[in-house]
Amino acid sequence: MINTKEVLETNEMIEKENLDVRTITLGISLLDCISSDLEQLKKNIYNKIYESAKDLVKTGDQISREFGIPIVNKRISVTPIALVGGAACKTKEDFAQIAKTLDEVAKKVGVNFIGGYSALVSKGMTSADKLLIESIPLALSTTDVVCSSINVGSTKTGINMDAVRLMGSIVKATAEATKESDSLGCAKLVIFCNAPDDNPFMAGAFHGVTEADKIINVGVSGPGVVKTALEKVRGENFEVLCETIKKTAFKVTRVGQLVAKEASARLGVPFGIIDLSLAPTPAIGDSVADILHEIGVEHAGAPGTTAALALLNDQVKKGGVMASSYVGGLSGAFIPVSEDQGMINAVEAGCLTLEKLEAMTCVCSVGLDMIAVPGDTKDTTIAGIIADEMAIGMINQKTTAVRLIPVIGKTVGDTVEFGGLLGYAPIMPVNKFSCDEFVNRGGRIPAPVHSFKN
Amino acid sequence: MKKTIITVVGKDTVGIIAKVCTYLADSSINILDISQTIVGGYFNMMMIVDMAGTSKDFNSVADDLEELGKSIGVVIKCQKEEIFDSMHRI
Repeated sequence: MINTKEVLETNEMIEKENLDVRTITLGISLLDCISSDLEQLKKNIYNKIYESAKDLVKTGDQISREFGIPIVNKRISVTPIALVGGAACKTKEDFAQIAKTLDEVAKKVGVNFIGGYSALVSKGMTSADKLLIESIPLALSTTDVVCSSINVGSTKTGINMDAVRLMGSIVKATAEATKESDSLGCAKLVIFCNAPDDNPFMAGAFHGVTEADKIINVGVSGPGVVKTALEKVRGENFEVLCETIKKTAFKVTRVGQLVAKEASARLGVPFGIIDLSLAPTPAIGDSVADILHEIGVEHAGAPGTTAALALLNDQVKKGGVMASSYVGGLSGAFIPVSEDQGMINAVEAGCLTLEKLEAMTCVCSVGLDMIAVPGDTKDTTIAGIIADEMAIGMINQKTTAVRLIPVIGKTVGDTVEFGGLLGYAPIMPVNKFSCDEFVNRGGRIPAPVHSFKN
Repeated sequence: MKKTIITVVGKDTVGIIAKVCTYLADSSINILDISQTIVGGYFNMMMIVDMAGTSKDFNSVADDLEELGKSIGVVIKCQKEEIFDSMHRI
């Protein structure tokens, strides 16, 4: 039988160490909504999402109540809209209307975000894909909870550099379209290499075409729990360190597994995956950078950081894999800058640069995330940064992503406030040298060789 | 059996257990196990109860106990046992 020590340990994790389930994400396929008539399509989408998700928030809140574990977000992911809207949408404005519909129904059912305003263009773009991408600035500036993601590369197909170049301009245009709110639109736009079909985390969630009609995916969190556990093993060797992280990750993931099973049973929707990510929030003590500090680097970004992050990421996976029957999504440690107080401190202390962050993304999920850069950063420079990050994903057979926010009207030395889970960020300097000729070549980078590993 | 864990944490005072147990008895909730410690003047109690016999639903029991806790000056939490089981048992 459960004893007092165990009960107190669990409740301490929840109350003092910010253990929570970050999100229950309901994936919904919209393939059966397709119509060549835009009005009919919008109606089909609204009805299917409403019918599928109307009990999601209520069920999530009830599970949270019964187990005493906070479930911070309830979200929806849908089939990439470029596939769903292709037959009906002839202009950018048509696609933006679908974004409006998604926004309306998401607010109606009360979820925090809806993801899937997406296109998968790792090898080439259809005209619908291109229209959707071009509609992103309009779509994200006229909606509140819609998130967009574009997959521009993969290990199997290489990198679609035409799409990368286009996304450089789209990120800037989105920043411009939402400049009244500090370019917040860019916080809801992510560019992927090797995007997973079942990721529950925003802004990159979409419901892949390989998925069932509906599915429940759960993202767990808990950097604070790992940090507190590590405080107890200060000065111990790497074996003890790694064992501690593994055990803690196991416990955290078990909570996610329980919540996922319950949500799946109560909503009558199959359980998909648990995403084993350490997802920080701006709350004090809920920080991945603080874990790195606890492992032994003065600030995130100091020499040793990449190694510390690599071991953290690997141990989290090792502990989590046994705790859940199905693991998927992104699964690893997130290193967003604005959403993590420890990262912000490291940037402000001059310890963490864009280049070091890029190195860190080689060993963790997901990529250059929530990084504010000067508003006058060139389109091609943003495309160059995206290309670098995509190359890391392509060569290392992992998911990588870019969520950069060129904040219009601000420059290095300024700070930008996004609010809520998105936090705030100091504007980081970007390398000023040009990559125009590289980005403007056009075409594709071929898929890498899968042998001769070095 | 629908096992629920009730935890009571707060400053020690006379009659905490009596008041909680009275409420549970009045609601036909059976206590299976009870343990209590005092750490640094703070009262820490954990009860394992069976809610199969009660006509009240989980939310109203949790609400009632929360209210009762406020009136005594302690924090009372009601959680289904599964969260502890899944975290601490393989």
